[in-house]
Amino acid sequence: MNRYPVWKYAIIVIVLLVGLIYALPNFFGEAPAVQVSSAKSTVKVDDSTRTRVEAALKAGNLQPDLLTLDGSSVRARFITTDDQLKARDVLQHALVPDPSDPPYVVALNLVSRSPHWLTALHAFPMYLGLDLRGGVHFMLQVDMKGALDKKAETLASDLRQTLRDRSIRGTSVSRNGQTVEVRFRDQPSLEATQRIIQDQFADLAATASQEGNEWRLTASFKPEAARRLQDAALKQNITTLHNRINELGVAEPVIQQQGVDRIVVQLPGVQDTAKAKDILGRTATLELRMVDESAEARAAETGSGPVPFGSEKFQERDGRPVIVKKQVIITGENLSDAQPGFDQQTQQPKVDLTVDAKGGRIMRDISRDNIGKRMAILLFEKGKGEVLTAPAIRGELGTRFQISGSMNVVEANDLALLLRAGSLAAPMEIIEESTIGPSLGADNIEKGFKSVAYGFLAIMIFMCAYYALFGLFSSIALAVNLLLLVAILSMLQATLTLPGIAAMALAIGVAIDSNVLINERVREELRNGASPQAAIHAGYDRAWNTILDSNVTTLIAGIALLAFGSGPVRGFAVVHCIGIVTSMFSAVFFSRGLVNFWYGRKKKLKGVSIGTVWRPDTAAVADNK
Amino acid sequence: MEFFRIHRTIPFMRHALVLNAISVITFLLAVFFLFSRGLHLSVEFTGGTVMEVAYQQTADLGKVREAIGKLGFQDVQVQNFGTSRDVMIRLPAAKGVSSAQQSAQVIDALKATDPSVQLRRNEFVGPQVGDELTTNGLKALGMVVVGIMVYLAFRFEWKFALATVLANLHDVVIILGFFAFFQWEFSLAVLAAVLAVLGYSVNESVVIFDRIRENFRRYRKMSTVEIIDNAITSTISRTIITHGSTQLVVLSMFFFGGPTLHYFALALTIGICFGIYSSAFVAAAIAMWLGVKREDLVKNPAKRDGDPDDPNAGAVV
Repeated sequence: MNRYPVWKYAIIVIVLLVGLIYALPNFFGEAPAVQVSSAKSTVKVDDSTRTRVEAALKAGNLQPDLLTLDGSSVRARFITTDDQLKARDVLQHALVPDPSDPPYVVALNLVSRSPHWLTALHAFPMYLGLDLRGGVHFMLQVDMKGALDKKAETLASDLRQTLRDRSIRGTSVSRNGQTVEVRFRDQPSLEATQRIIQDQFADLAATASQEGNEWRLTASFKPEAARRLQDAALKQNITTLHNRINELGVAEPVIQQQGVDRIVVQLPGVQDTAKAKDILGRTATLELRMVDESAEARAAETGSGPVPFGSEKFQERDGRPVIVKKQVIITGENLSDAQPGFDQQTQQPKVDLTVDAKGGRIMRDISRDNIGKRMAILLFEKGKGEVLTAPAIRGELGTRFQISGSMNVVEANDLALLLRAGSLAAPMEIIEESTIGPSLGADNIEKGFKSVAYGFLAIMIFMCAYYALFGLFSSIALAVNLLLLVAILSMLQATLTLPGIAAMALAIGVAIDSNVLINERVREELRNGASPQAAIHAGYDRAWNTILDSNVTTLIAGIALLAFGSGPVRGFAVVHCIGIVTSMFSAVFFSRGLVNFWYGRKKKLKGVSIGTVWRPDTAAVADNK
Repeated sequence: MEFFRIHRTIPFMRHALVLNAISVITFLLAVFFLFSRGLHLSVEFTGGTVMEVAYQQTADLGKVREAIGKLGFQDVQVQNFGTSRDVMIRLPAAKGVSSAQQSAQVIDALKATDPSVQLRRNEFVGPQVGDELTTNGLKALGMVVVGIMVYLAFRFEWKFALATVLANLHDVVIILGFFAFFQWEFSLAVLAAVLAVLGYSVNESVVIFDRIRENFRRYRKMSTVEIIDNAITSTISRTIITHGSTQLVVLSMFFFGGPTLHYFALALTIGICFGIYSSAFVAAAIAMWLGVKREDLVKNPAKRDGDPDDPNAGAVV
């Protein structure tokens, strides 16, 4: 009765093998590496980049241990940190000729030392959280109300302008929070305005009301429009943060949306919080100015004369110098949107720009007087200006205009991104921040590992002493549980934190519960006079119900933690829940397999090695029944 | 080896009243301390800045306090953390000064007195995050309680479900009471430990109730009290051994896990000790007071007349 069919053993062997393979990378440790990733959306990291890196390293007389291209980065692994630092300098020199405008991010990183065939199987070591590897964590709250307020203000001034253009008189437009209010003296103008809003302001829903002699129109954001705006604001902020963080040279930055209005930024390995914060909070500014096209300026452009008074010299992104007047036409403040698209007539890529009403008025005046001349769009970051583009003005411009010609799709996308990157869509505030030094991270790993190891050892010794061979089986099952837990965490690439390690230690305690239940039950059956084979069978059978019940209740608590927990609690809960599930497999299915394998084929089993089966005197037993 | 050489069923339920009285008193004391002293909440809940700095030699806390005191921050706590060379500094959130400025000012002031000082960890939490954590913590607690009750009511019976949840909430309140009394720091990790204890010690009650149900089926003549006594007696060795094993790991965390896991392990220790006590003595006793009967658990497949305890009742010749 205590035999497993072959397929059950097959399952055990397969699970163990898979578990072993995926847990394996964790034992190889990590080696120093240099990682090259793209710093710009226009720069792609592909096989050619890998070849460049290889060539550069060869030129620098460095032999990487392993050179891989994975996803969007090239990683070169080295044996010593000395080589790593040298390689960083070599690559920095070769790939980033101009440090002020880096096409690539060259960063120090640690990669798994596991052999290539494991990596090919997508077996990676567990992903360590910041508290274990050191780094900076920020949580930023996006001020969505601020974003909507800003948008409402823009729309209000746009509406004011439109009404003036259409000569609808006697109106007053004002913004009240996130609603735009328009007052009228007569009904026809109200109706006309209502039509305008319907046609041109698709984001707004207007309701009309009448108070005595005054008509009023209250326009507020449609719910879906508000949601779309918020979403767009958050996305744009994330993009902007990405661009800025690229400058820091962080190997694996994490920038994620959390909830509706929060962004989490994690920068492993970064110690300088002040600099990181400075970069995150920095606002780039965008300026539109006229290009100086006088003869002196032309001369200055070619380098044969001085820059004329009242103008400045800037470089375009491809390095060509442009002489630009100092007078600013409009700034990024007035720019409300920039989107890439296609020109409907020429099918050429273009970028649509939208400026607010005030900007539109200025643009109209300036463009009317300067048709045919060039206008430069400058982006100032870190106090350094760069000409993004300098197109010629073709006609009179308004609040909406487009830049087109001599661009491909990628360039148009990039330009729109850079135009938008000028400012964050919505103001952000840091609401949570933590820095963990690398030495503390290493300490945490060591302490966590020690507590798991010693706890495991103590339980193993106790189980073997108390339950003899059955104790050994339980200990092996426990080791398998740990192995599977590590394997699953590695497979999922879930973030392991210190509370996660604590949950691992606790999982050992919870898992042994099942084995103790079984062993005690088997002993009890033996005590009551059952034959050894029957006792094993009944012990496992009867304990199963209890094990299931108790694990389900523990799992309920684990899932609640997962659902409502954040940060450290979540890290704990993930490991806790996985540990419960793996313990059901190892403590019941696997340990039964061991027991069956050992005892199952013996037909005339005299006794089992499960420690002392103590029997009270017969009177007491009778009393019990 | 056998630790538990129990000759006869121990009459636990005879002392149910005394045991329940002890529980009620401990519970009330815990509630009293929770209200009179309150929990010493960590920065994750209250908002503010925590800095951990390391010195080369033993740190002079007086000097550290003095250096920070000059900056004019209110309610600054300075204490050793782990070793005598590590110092933890807590600053409440200050209006008008950003956390970055706060921590930068502090580290500059400390560097001025001793250049060897090194920032190990810096953490800032805004006040809005703290409020959210509290509500989420309560939500999690509520979900655990409801989830477990529904499951147990479905698997066993509502009386058992209620008894289990009451017994385990009593554990949770007592853990909180300890943290309030000793003013140990209540962090997010401790909250996780408390909720894990809730799930874990429900195990105990489940094991005992499972045995009670089995006994009801097996020993048809025993009274409810005898059955409960028998169930507790026959599971007590298992209860103590599993808890002992878990406690071994927890102790290992307590001694080797470092300061971060210190209170986590402490909360688990209290939870495990009271978990043994409450599931053996409190949960079963509450179920008894609630009037658990054989019929609640053993569904008779066929209807029979007369005394259901009579072994001959169903026999027809």
